[in-house]
Amino acid sequence: MTAVQDAPVRTDAPPRQRRRRRRVPPLVWAFLLLPLAVELFWVFWPAMNSFSLSFTSWNGVGAARPVGFENYERLFADPIFVTALRNNVIWAIGFGGLSVAGGLALAVALNRPGPGVGIYRSAIYLPMVISLAVTGLLWRVMYQPGGPIDAGLGAIGLGELQQQWLANPDTALYAVLIAAVWRQVGYIMVLYLAGLKGCDPTLEEAAAVDGANAWQRFWKVVMPQLRGVNTVVFAVTVIDSLRTFDIVWAMTRGGPYNTTQLLSTYMFQQGFTLVNLGYGSAIAVVIFVLAIAFIITYLVRQARAEDV
Amino acid sequence: MRTTRSPWFHAVMIPFTLLWLAPIVFVLFVALRTFDDIATRGLGALPAALTLDGFATALAGGQVATALANSAVVTVCTVVASLALAAIAAYALSRHRIPARRTILLVMLAGNLLPPQILLIPVSRIAQGLGIYDTLFALVVVQVGFGLGFYTFVLHGFMRALPAEVFEAALLDGSGPGRTFWSIVLPLCRPALAALAALATTWIYNDLIWAMTVLQTDTKFPITAALLNLQGGYSSSWNVIAAGSLVAAVPTAIVFFVFQRHFVSGLLVGSGK
Repeated sequence: MTAVQDAPVRTDAPPRQRRRRRRVPPLVWAFLLLPLAVELFWVFWPAMNSFSLSFTSWNGVGAARPVGFENYERLFADPIFVTALRNNVIWAIGFGGLSVAGGLALAVALNRPGPGVGIYRSAIYLPMVISLAVTGLLWRVMYQPGGPIDAGLGAIGLGELQQQWLANPDTALYAVLIAAVWRQVGYIMVLYLAGLKGCDPTLEEAAAVDGANAWQRFWKVVMPQLRGVNTVVFAVTVIDSLRTFDIVWAMTRGGPYNTTQLLSTYMFQQGFTLVNLGYGSAIAVVIFVLAIAFIITYLVRQARAEDV
Repeated sequence: MRTTRSPWFHAVMIPFTLLWLAPIVFVLFVALRTFDDIATRGLGALPAALTLDGFATALAGGQVATALANSAVVTVCTVVASLALAAIAAYALSRHRIPARRTILLVMLAGNLLPPQILLIPVSRIAQGLGIYDTLFALVVVQVGFGLGFYTFVLHGFMRALPAEVFEAALLDGSGPGRTFWSIVLPLCRPALAALAALATTWIYNDLIWAMTVLQTDTKFPITAALLNLQGGYSSSWNVIAAGSLVAAVPTAIVFFVFQRHFVSGLLVGSGK
């Protein structure tokens, strides 16, 4: 009955309907273009400016002097830049590795309902809400000579390990890294908890029936199902490592003797403390180039998750 | 395996959790001690007597209080403006046939993923050129611009999932895009907006690098930048630094405890789950 009634309507409706759906009302254009303009002006326009600035020498006064690739040539002869680059690699591996290992282990341990589990989870992701600057200050107190870490080492008979954690060039970078990991673990744990929730428990039960032990079930059954989360975690970790600034600035400002310098802190020093705008921009471009592959990985993954 | 639990679970997790929170607890102890007590008995010792002197000194100069007020203004303005702009962009992209809408959306998201370092020098020059350098307004607009892409992406995903029938009904009722957005889309998006607001509040309140890029005067600093100044001014008064740090952490801790569920779902929205 309805089919008969609908038939004539349908034959002439589609063109009109299609036309109406295709025309985007002016208000909707305004809805899109206003935010887009804000982002283009404050993000994409400055980003392009950084590229052109990186081919100049400029102290901010007068006109910028074009120098071609000179800044980039200088970079690779600059021992502090090389240290910063190496530290960034150590940072990405250490920060990523420790927070993923810790976050994943905690997610697996806490992936079940029960008394106390909610409290443990909250305690572990509580540091996430504390700013990196404050995290840096908290841990500065921890690492002070005679502070809780030294006192703790003394109490368990490891007094000979006591030292000036943040003033010692051999330990400073790792001391800052531990503080950053402490804050990051909760975030990684939340991501993996969500991933584990999406895993099919019957697969694991089937593997258990087939005689797989807990370790095999985890590696061969659960991990493959977490591939999507792994991609996100990997991309986010590398991008975050390249951005890391606040916690180093709050704890050491790149010292002692530039041993905790990361690309971002060195860029900031060159650009804002020393006002070498061209040279600072060149470091910024290097950071961008190192990040771009991971940015694309993340975008591709998000586009796929969005569907289409 | 998932339901049985040995007593070992709590035997391991309770001390682990306490150790995890130890930095916060220790800093609280430091903040509650006097300068002399720390000087004579060392930072690692437990308080001999509790005092609020550290908090009083941290708040006394007015610097920390002013900074908290600055942070509050910047955070509220940025969160409201970002979510408003992101919501209209997401509505346009998710519910209308904008050409190349998918590309536009991904480009906007890409803007948020750029390392901020590549923007800092030009952003500070642009702010100077516009005459807004060293104002809280500059900090707000910069943060809005940088965060927009991510918020738009998340809201887009949410709006796309709203049932098409609702929009067809609105269209038949003669509702224009403005009214549809205001009285249908926004109310339906409340959970997503709440999650994003909880997350954005912590991000913006915790920011340091944008503040250091566009601000110069101490009295305009948000709390993060002001604290680092405080650290320079009271370099050995650990009780004052500890107190200042805790005061700075309180607002986001409140957001965390009050909006815990929103906060956690906020953490997940960018993960593509």
